[in-house]
Amino acid sequence: MTDALSFDNLGVAYRVKGKMRQVLDGVSLSIAKGEAYGLVGESGCGKSTTAFAALRYLPRNGSVNRGRILIDGQDIGLLSPTDLRHLRQFKVSMIYQDPGRALNPSLPIGRQVAEVFELAGVPRAEWPARTHDILAKVQISDPALVMQRYPHQLSGGMQQRVAIAMAIASNPTLLVLDEPTTGLDATVEAEVLDLIQHLRHELSTAILFISHNLAVIARMCDRVGVLYAGRLVEEARTEEIFRNPRHPYTAGLLRCLPQAGRSKDKAMLATIPGFLPGPGTKITGCVFAPRCALADQTCRTVEPELLRTDDRASKCHYPDRINELDHISNAAPVAAAVRNSKTILQVDGLAKSFGSGTQRQRVLRDVGLELRAGETLGLVGESGSGKTTLARCILGLLQPDQGSSLRFAGEALAGTTALRSRHQVKSIQIVFQNPDSALNRAHTVYRMLSRTIGHLVGLRGAAREARIKSLASAVRLTERHLSAVPSQLSGGLKQRVAIARAFASDPQVLICDEPTSALDVSVQAAILNLLAELQATKQVSYILISHDLGVVRYLSDRIAVMYLGQMLEIGPAEAVFSGPHHPYTAALLSSVPTLDGASTERVKLTGALPSTANLPKGCVFHTRCPRKIPGLCDHDAPPQVKLADGHVLMCHLAPEELPAADRNIPPTITLP
Amino acid sequence: MTDLPTPVEAAAPEHGWRDDLRRLRGSVSFVVGAVIVLFWVGCAVFGQSLVPFDPFADDLMNSLMPPSSEHWFGTDQLGRDVFSRVIVGARDILTVAPIATLLSTILGTALGLTMGYFGGLIDEVSSRLVDAVLALPTVIVALLALTALGTSTFTVLVVIAFSFAPIIARTVRSAVLSEVSLDYVAAAELRRENTLYILFIEILPNVMPPILVETTVRLGYAIFTVATLSFIGFGIQPPSPDWGLSISANYGLIGGGFWWAVLFDCLAIASLVVGINLVADGMESTLND
Amino acid sequence: MMLALLTLWLLSVLIFLGGHLLPGNVGRAMLGPLADQAAVDVLNHEMGTDRPLLVQYLDWIAGFLTGDLGQSYAYRSPVAPFLMTALLNSAKLAAVAFVLVVPLGILGGVVAALYRGRAADRILSVVGLSATVVPEFVSGIVLILIFGIWLRWFPISATWVDGAGPLTQLYHLILPAIPLVLILFGYIARMARAGMIEALDADYTRTAVLKGLSYPKVIWRHVLRNALLPTISVIATQTVYLIGGLVVIEILFHYQGIGSLIYTAAKKKDFPMLQAGVMSIGALFALTTFLADLLYARLNPRIRFGGRE
Repeated sequence: MTDALSFDNLGVAYRVKGKMRQVLDGVSLSIAKGEAYGLVGESGCGKSTTAFAALRYLPRNGSVNRGRILIDGQDIGLLSPTDLRHLRQFKVSMIYQDPGRALNPSLPIGRQVAEVFELAGVPRAEWPARTHDILAKVQISDPALVMQRYPHQLSGGMQQRVAIAMAIASNPTLLVLDEPTTGLDATVEAEVLDLIQHLRHELSTAILFISHNLAVIARMCDRVGVLYAGRLVEEARTEEIFRNPRHPYTAGLLRCLPQAGRSKDKAMLATIPGFLPGPGTKITGCVFAPRCALADQTCRTVEPELLRTDDRASKCHYPDRINELDHISNAAPVAAAVRNSKTILQVDGLAKSFGSGTQRQRVLRDVGLELRAGETLGLVGESGSGKTTLARCILGLLQPDQGSSLRFAGEALAGTTALRSRHQVKSIQIVFQNPDSALNRAHTVYRMLSRTIGHLVGLRGAAREARIKSLASAVRLTERHLSAVPSQLSGGLKQRVAIARAFASDPQVLICDEPTSALDVSVQAAILNLLAELQATKQVSYILISHDLGVVRYLSDRIAVMYLGQMLEIGPAEAVFSGPHHPYTAALLSSVPTLDGASTERVKLTGALPSTANLPKGCVFHTRCPRKIPGLCDHDAPPQVKLADGHVLMCHLAPEELPAADRNIPPTITLP
Repeated sequence: MTDLPTPVEAAAPEHGWRDDLRRLRGSVSFVVGAVIVLFWVGCAVFGQSLVPFDPFADDLMNSLMPPSSEHWFGTDQLGRDVFSRVIVGARDILTVAPIATLLSTILGTALGLTMGYFGGLIDEVSSRLVDAVLALPTVIVALLALTALGTSTFTVLVVIAFSFAPIIARTVRSAVLSEVSLDYVAAAELRRENTLYILFIEILPNVMPPILVETTVRLGYAIFTVATLSFIGFGIQPPSPDWGLSISANYGLIGGGFWWAVLFDCLAIASLVVGINLVADGMESTLND
Repeated sequence: MMLALLTLWLLSVLIFLGGHLLPGNVGRAMLGPLADQAAVDVLNHEMGTDRPLLVQYLDWIAGFLTGDLGQSYAYRSPVAPFLMTALLNSAKLAAVAFVLVVPLGILGGVVAALYRGRAADRILSVVGLSATVVPEFVSGIVLILIFGIWLRWFPISATWVDGAGPLTQLYHLILPAIPLVLILFGYIARMARAGMIEALDADYTRTAVLKGLSYPKVIWRHVLRNALLPTISVIATQTVYLIGGLVVIEILFHYQGIGSLIYTAAKKKDFPMLQAGVMSIGALFALTTFLADLLYARLNPRIRFGGRE
């Protein structure tokens, strides 16, 4: 039987400023009919190029300069324009990362979906019925209504369903998915993945699934390929590759992930030192050698072959020595920060609304929390839950509504930075999510640090210079980095600069707003280690905002769960994760895909996130709660349920009725 | 500690104005435009001492002579050498227009920064005023003001400055709006920086590229406007050899076949404005990527 | 709508104040320095120019709303009939220019975008840019020289004999319309090109191509509609530039339109005429912008239908 897709020694190059840069180099892989193949790798490794090459859709400056791409046995490089259109119409479909932008904003959904039937030669009279059916197939509950809608009127999850409907309508041989759930909330991501899984079994389509998220790949795919610097470095069956990697890069990626049982107190995360070589860099020997702890003279001079044994392959000279890596990279944690019961920050009845009248958005309602000295409080919740607004209110960047109370070290905090004392402003700082936005691109690193130290802390002359030096070395920036502007630094280095700036004023409370969401996992591990280390040495309390539960669990001592601007649950990290916990927490935890591919019964949420301008009565979560008690939850505000160790949640269920986790979150995987 | 020291980055790209200049030199539009503009600036500064004839000297015996080896561009009604007048004619317009543009840039940048940063009522009110000014073509505004205040070069300058400032303000405002939403501004607030520092030291450097482009485009339109006003008698006044003025004085003669009295002035104006806009075009495509 | 009215009101204040920047003596200005003071006072009283500024403003704006545009100082007769004739004439000239330039500009922009980075694009860009920045009187004179005097294809005056038919009128208006076309072409083409490129690079266009749609269908259904929306507002705001150009063109081609009316009024310091002329231009601009906004909203589903439910 011919393969659905096969790359035969594929090379793709981009012409940049007159120079050819090799982005894919000798990639060979094949996907059998009906098989799901996952391609993982960090940013810049050539994942998306692979996806678009499969549809012969490269940017204007890109071209296939080596090898062949076969779809269903046909060399697509040889197709005429008409045949290429036929291929796209009937054989290959694609699902994209950003569904909102993949749909035409000025055509109704029905019209866009029907286009697929038009191309397939379906008589015009049948288009509406067929469109209706295909939308029903992707589990859209009211297809007739959705057909009349425009893309901007649908939620991200719905938009992706529509995109999936368009892709499967022609019943293609191959479906290419390029990061289809990146950017979606965890619960929505889980729904979309469920749907793809379900359709796959129904349609027997082959799948090329591209993602940076190892757990998503583990859940969705039969076989996995790992891309590094445009080369396929390892390929194996999913359960094999995660249990028993045979390439140091794969092993490194797995170790970087924060996992259950690992926390800042027990062990540091492993990291992969060094950087991905830039595209077009001339490399002799193994591409991974400069970053590999196993590398020797052979690795640096002789490029290894992609050796296939049985049903797996590894592009490494020493695939059997992966175990040795263990001894090299398992480090003990730095001494933990001293945590005591002294409350450093106290928030009570915090509310924040925007607008007025019927347009009034109540983004935060009656939020209370206390942060103790030296601890990390993890803040989780889907987008729109008010996490970032809460952070900005605490910082004094947003003025909270009347009646809110913020206290720092026992003293009341004013609503804005201008009204706070210098000491208060110094003491509460933030590491922003995206360093590209947080660092002024016109200023050098030195200038950013020296201004903060000079203006906010008030140090001058030699004292300031000494302070800059010690800060830079604390985040491991060199002298040379100080004279750079942000555009000359990599994402990880930029985040280090942002962290250095945040620590410049010796804060006692540091808010970390998704500090690693813009970074690759290997860089993320280094940043998390740095944050843990700095917390221990500087005795600072963190409020950590993250959608990544692995990250939250690694760094947090306590966890608060937010939903629609309210705190639903707060308690010690272990207790919140293992339960009994709030039904919303249960849903959030169960939506995280597992690395071992084991599927547990997922707690499904129904309906969309209500608007903050029109909050549900009673419990805010009742519209989507699987445990809703009719007549009670939709009418009365839930009482506080107090469990052990200061674990508190807001729910009508009795403590013994509350759900508990039936698996480890994030999952444990056995590493070699 | 396994978190190895971060190695030095791979070759970092150049940055700063040196790099911008290097990239600008690679732009054909920019280079061609710059050569034209520099030529006219040279004429404006040194023209008087280089030209073969005194551009103001009448020679009624030789009026309206066609182009010849002696008078390359012929002579006008009063027998003055057209070539000399065209060269020296660059002077007044290249004085008035740049000063007016500079004023409008300063005004417009200050206004745009304020509108974009503060937003709210200040922005609303200013935006309406800007809209109101922009509802009228500059030439019409100038006619109204010059009629009320009397014709003078100073009035022309002020009118252009005030009617271009809103356009620059609008450009600056929209650039500032996208900057204000960035976190480095919040970071500055968390350092207790004052507003002026945030506006001029944090935000301004990042909105310079669009300001530079807009200023260059405005310079082109300032020349456009001054020339037009001179042509209709409200701009630069006689006896200046200004191009617009010369055209105005001589265009009645073209019906009689004396085309040289106006055509060269026309080409001079056209080349200068096109040159400036080529510079702007080159800057825009270079600085915006 | 409210915004357009607010802008218009602000404009009226600016124009009125503009006309009174020098609180000088209108009667004296008209009769000259040698005239008898009593005669000046009588004239000032007759015209109402001796009243307080606010009263004059309210009177002026009230008159404007009821169609009474005041008395011309120069002609000692109502302004309205002059203004109406001038507006009608200018509308004819503007219409000819618009009918020519809108399709040409859009076509130019679309072609440039489709051949992005190639010769056609560069040529269109440079030609469009150059045409846009050369003053109308310069291109006008060059056109008169070439087509009016050397080739004798078109008349060099836009004024036709009374009772001329529409075709004769059109014939007279072609040459004066071309400088206006040149000025607007670059603007419209540039906007259309930018809109097209944004749409061509958009993810939804990629979706359409990867569905297997043919290139013409991708352009027609998915690109053009999204690309040309922003161009609508540009075309509206460009009317202003067009009117600015009318002053020079109408002088150059001896045409009795709003531009030459304002120019003559300015020369004669005929403030009522001048203010009425300028105000009518402002009103016209506000109206066009308002209509363009309506059209834009009508064609843009994001505005037509609110956000997600």
